[in-house]
Amino acid sequence: MFDSEDMFRAFQPHRDESIVIVTGTSGRSWLDVTTKPERDLTLQGAMGQTTSAALGFALSQPKERVVLFDSEGSLLMNMGILATIAGKKPNNFFHFLMDNECYATTGGQPVPNAQDINYAGMAREAGYAASYEFDNLEDFTNNIEQIMKQTGPVFVAMKVVPKIENEPIGRRQRRPTRRPAQTIADVRAELGISSD
Amino acid sequence: MVNQQAALLKPETLVEEFKKNGVTHIVTIPDSETNYLYELMKEQDWLDIIPASREGETFAIALGLSVGGKVPVCVIQNTGMMESGDSIRGMAIDAGFPLVMVIGYRGWNRHGVITDTAAKYTETFLHAMGVNYYLVENDDDAPRISIAFEEAKATKRPVAVLVGDEYHGFNRV
Repeated sequence: MFDSEDMFRAFQPHRDESIVIVTGTSGRSWLDVTTKPERDLTLQGAMGQTTSAALGFALSQPKERVVLFDSEGSLLMNMGILATIAGKKPNNFFHFLMDNECYATTGGQPVPNAQDINYAGMAREAGYAASYEFDNLEDFTNNIEQIMKQTGPVFVAMKVVPKIENEPIGRRQRRPTRRPAQTIADVRAELGISSD
Repeated sequence: MVNQQAALLKPETLVEEFKKNGVTHIVTIPDSETNYLYELMKEQDWLDIIPASREGETFAIALGLSVGGKVPVCVIQNTGMMESGDSIRGMAIDAGFPLVMVIGYRGWNRHGVITDTAAKYTETFLHAMGVNYYLVENDDDAPRISIAFEEAKATKRPVAVLVGDEYHGFNRV
């Protein structure tokens, strides 16, 4: 396992102009790493629907590279999306999976079959153009440049250290972030999409 | 006595309404009642069909398309709509984008006795979600589809078009 913030720092130099979408507790540290917040998009969806929304956005903007940092708890709730993505073959879509083997936001309970499931294999067999898996930062760092040159849809499964929260939601410290609607407005402005 | 042939809602009518209202993408799960509609939509070079694996996906994919400036429509059956409750809540109602959802009204009929619970709970479900809807049964009802598009755009909310499946011609004969 490796730290998601370290992973994001290894990814950041290869982002270029990608639109980046993050989910889950592991995704929060992206805010400390991103250098182009105007190209960061928040599409919050419970029950794994951020993945579907990211696909929709990638299909709407085929000339933009769209990078999703997903979580395994979300993907398990919406597993059919792997076939949906593979079926549409969006060549601009990069699907990273931060697999911490648990529901970190509810106290760290394990997800089903947490240690023996093979997400990269599922994506590969669903029909993604390429699929990778990493359990350490060094291998990820050595390969990320080449991965970002691939034709999508590309899937990258990563074992990341869980950042477990046990405080009741009402007592958790919230860092100031842009509201999802603001990120949508910013990305639309950045890409010249009419708000009509 | 109703002339059933004359009362049909032709799939061509629905596709014409999509074109008139600038639809770019159909996010759908076909059902056994709509195979001809699906084939007709696939033939349109101005329309991109996105087959989903589960109905809940359709609303989230549609949101992503809307954020990207496209005009999607979700075409699913009432059974799948009810299973999609949280997606409709989060990805359609809360998101603040217009969306027309075309719902196959499985089990609906004009006889007054509805036994299929899929039909029994369809309008109840839409009422609970606060989603307005228009029933479309035949070609004469087609203007209601444009009304749904106009309402969705004005309110930035989802609006449903319920297709009464007793009289539609969406199935290949």
